Amino acid sequence: MKRYRPPRLRLEALAVWRRNALVWRRLMAASLLLHFGEPLLYLLGIGYGLGRFVGEIDGMAYFTFLASGFIAWSAMNVASMESMWSVYTRMVPQQTYEAILATPAEVDDIVMGELLWCGTKSLVSGSAILAVAALLGAVHDWTALLAIPVIFLTGLCFAAPGLIVTAYARAYEYFNFYMTLFMTPMFILCGVFYPISTLPGPMQTVVQFLPLTHAVAIIRPLVVGAPVENFWLHLGALVLFGTICAWVAAILVRRRLIQ
Amino acid sequence: MSPEEKQSVVNCRQLVKRFGDLCAVNGISFNVPKGICFGILGPNGAGKTTTLRMLLGQSPRSGGALEVFGEDIDSARKRIRQRTGIVPQADNLDPDFTVAENLSMYGSYFRLDHQTVQKRIPELLSMVELLARADDRIGTLSGGMKRRLTLARALINDPDLLVLDEPTTGLDPQARHMIWSLVHKLKRDGRTILLTTHYMEEAERLCDELIIVDSGRLIAQGSPNALIAEHCESDVLEIRGLTHELDQKGLAQNFRWELSGDSAYLYSDDSHALLEYAASHNEATALHRKTGLEDVFLRLTGRGLRG
Ligand SMILES: Nc1ncnc2c1ncn2[C@@H]1O[C@H](COP(=O)(O)OP(=O)(O)O)[C@@H](O)[C@H]1O
Ligand SMILES: [Mg+2]
Repeated sequence: MKRYRPPRLRLEALAVWRRNALVWRRLMAASLLLHFGEPLLYLLGIGYGLGRFVGEIDGMAYFTFLASGFIAWSAMNVASMESMWSVYTRMVPQQTYEAILATPAEVDDIVMGELLWCGTKSLVSGSAILAVAALLGAVHDWTALLAIPVIFLTGLCFAAPGLIVTAYARAYEYFNFYMTLFMTPMFILCGVFYPISTLPGPMQTVVQFLPLTHAVAIIRPLVVGAPVENFWLHLGALVLFGTICAWVAAILVRRRLIQ
Repeated sequence: MSPEEKQSVVNCRQLVKRFGDLCAVNGISFNVPKGICFGILGPNGAGKTTTLRMLLGQSPRSGGALEVFGEDIDSARKRIRQRTGIVPQADNLDPDFTVAENLSMYGSYFRLDHQTVQKRIPELLSMVELLARADDRIGTLSGGMKRRLTLARALINDPDLLVLDEPTTGLDPQARHMIWSLVHKLKRDGRTILLTTHYMEEAERLCDELIIVDSGRLIAQGSPNALIAEHCESDVLEIRGLTHELDQKGLAQNFRWELSGDSAYLYSDDSHALLEYAASHNEATALHRKTGLEDVFLRLTGRGLRG
């Protein structure tokens, strides 16, 4: 049945993407300040401060370790915020989608357009941290540029579950559950601050099922210029998680918007 | 299907919409010929918006057959939307953009080319008298201005069918008159117009043909004049603010009558008889007028449209 088919990517999705991009462009200065300023503070404060005590981890300066973890975390965070708070704002109080659905654009175009937009925002914020890290000397190889498409993919991957939550949300408070139950544990457990090899054995298995682990596992070696171990496994995990979530999100958003 | 129905812009048969146990639209059939202004008149909750949403493929129907521009809405939704403009009941202009940007943004959802849209924007804005506000944010507009902008937005794709859901609800009389004259102009331009309303004055002024719906059912259909002639006497005496029970027996002998809220309505083709009655019962406020759609509705449902 139509309601359960996978979402289709059509040109109308770009119109939805463009709408968001135009709004963002107007607030770009403030947004970029946030994207550059916040990681700069974190990196300087935690990276340099703590780095002095920690020394090296996995053969790299702690500052580099943390910076590469932050890139992945920021991609997750930005895409999640956008796909929950911002999408909800457009869906409920602003009724933007109701207006769009009176045109030839369909729910799938909204879903795909929003996913692409969330990925784009992740791309901007992750690349900003990468640039800050490079300026501070934490980036060791041109392979770091290959991290950029992975940042985008990570954004897509986390935007999709965000849309699922939004499709159910009746108020902004709903997002706190997801933040507390899913995002905060990943921030702490998935190798952003310390290698997952230091976790107790069973936990190491558990975190393999959390997508942020795989994003960190690809992005970090690319930033440092080390070979990516199990590249296809990590990439496959991200793609699989993102695809399934995007499909479910499309079904749920259709159900929410078409009554 | 008769040739006349083939000419129609909207043609629906036995439309049904259920929300769980609630049957919001219960077997409504009608036909909107090309080039007319067609009205759906009914009180709040009658199922007007739900009917429109089904017509536009925004809401799947639970039953019935439906064609717009002679095509099935399920298979030709995109083509149908390309030729339709919609003014929704609640304003949903994009608050993140200016007046002019709202129009260009909307054009992009239709994938209209940039030049066409940029040419239409000043034309549409001057038509709805908002050219001077082109660069203002949506938040600075009054309710009437927002409605006019929503109307302009619905015209960005130069639609053949324009759908207006309660276009003047909540507007002051001046703003309402402005919308009415715009609707007249759009009809003269040859567009087919489908509107819903719960104001009979609006329906009588604008609609060439209308259906009256109540609780999801179609209760009458025709031109405003034909409906009034078919269901009502020519004159009515409306007695407001009843302070005591009317002498119901006495009334019933002379006139057909209805009670609604604190008002009584006495109907007759003999206006003199009504005026004489008013003169002899001067304790309440009595208003003599020609009958209208309100009286048709009252006759068919036993209560007022606004109630
Ligand atoms: N999405 C929905 N879910 C459940 N009930 C609905 C929904 N939309 C409308 N209804 C109900 O259907 C009935 C008709 O509503 P509507 O078409 O909006 O009436 P109108 O536009 O004539 O005021 C109302 O009782 C309303 O509560
Ligand atoms: Mg309505």
